[in-house]
Amino acid sequence: MKNPIENLNKIFDSRIRLGIMSALMVNDAVSFNELKELLDITDGNLASHLKTLEESGFIKFQKGFIGRKTNTTYSITKTGEKEFKLHLDALTKMIGSVK
Amino acid sequence: MDKQQQPLEDLQHIKNMMERSSRFISLSGLSGISAGVCALAGAWFASQKIHCWVKGDCQLSNLISSAGNELINDLFWIATITFIAAFISAFIFTYLRSKKNGTPMWGSTTVRLFWNMVIPITAGGIFLIRMMQMGEYQLVAPGCLIFYGLALVNASKYTLGEIRYLGYGQIVLGLFNLWWIGYGLQFWAMGFGVLHIVYGAMMWWKYERK
Repeated sequence: MKNPIENLNKIFDSRIRLGIMSALMVNDAVSFNELKELLDITDGNLASHLKTLEESGFIKFQKGFIGRKTNTTYSITKTGEKEFKLHLDALTKMIGSVK
Repeated sequence: MDKQQQPLEDLQHIKNMMERSSRFISLSGLSGISAGVCALAGAWFASQKIHCWVKGDCQLSNLISSAGNELINDLFWIATITFIAAFISAFIFTYLRSKKNGTPMWGSTTVRLFWNMVIPITAGGIFLIRMMQMGEYQLVAPGCLIFYGLALVNASKYTLGEIRYLGYGQIVLGLFNLWWIGYGLQFWAMGFGVLHIVYGAMMWWKYERK
C-alpha cells in the first residue's frame, strides 16, 4: 500500500496556509481583511503566507476598490483545489490507518 | 502520539475554518429564547385585546373607540411592537456572543444570511399584506408561519445548520393552521413563542453552556 504521507503537501504544513485554503474552498472570494480577522494574525504574516500560496499557483487575487481604499480579494485556483483535496484525502487516510 | 494527533487536529482546523468563513455562527441560543418570550407576551396582549373586544367588558375608554377596524389596527400594532422587541433582544444576545467569541458580527457571512432571510420574508410579507388589502384575513396567520419557516430553512445554509429544524417546525404548524382557521393566535404563540424558546434552549445547551 502506498504511504498516504507521500500525498501530504508540504505547503499545507502551516496551519495558517491550511486555514486560508479552507476558507477559500467554501467561498468564491475572501478579502484580505476578512482573512485577517478569521485567522487573527498580523498583516505582514498573512501577506507572506498568501504570497507563498500564490507563487505555488494555488490561489489568485484580484485588486478592487471600496471607495478609495484598496480591497484585495483572494480565490482558489483549479490547481489549488486539486491539491487541497489530495491533502485532505491523505489526512483522512492517515486517521483511518491509525484506527 | 504527536504524529497521530496531527492529522486529526488539521482536519478539525479545516472544518472550523470552513464553518467560520462561510456561516454566521454567532447566533446565540439566548436570542431564540428572548424572541420567543417576546412573542408569547405579544400573543397574551393580543388575546386580552380580542377577549375584551368580543366580550365587550373592557374599560369604557377602550369601548368607545372599538369599531371593527380598530381591533385589527390594535392587533397590527401589537404585532409590530412584538416584532421590534423580539428583534432587538435577539440582536443584543447575538452581539454579546460575537463579542465574547471574538468573531466579527458584520462580515460577508452576515450579509449573506441577511439576504437569504430577507428575500423569502419580504416576498411573503408583501403577499400577505396584499391579501389583507383584499379582505382575506383568514390565511394571514398560517401564511406568516409558512413563509417564516421557509426563510429559516433557506437561512440554515448560512448560519447554524440546526435552524433548519426550527424552520420545519414553523412550516408544519403553518400547514396545520390552514385547517384550523380561527386558532391563528394559538398557532402563532406555538410557532413564534414556544418553538423559538425550545430551539434557543437547545442551541444554548449545545453550544454556549459552560
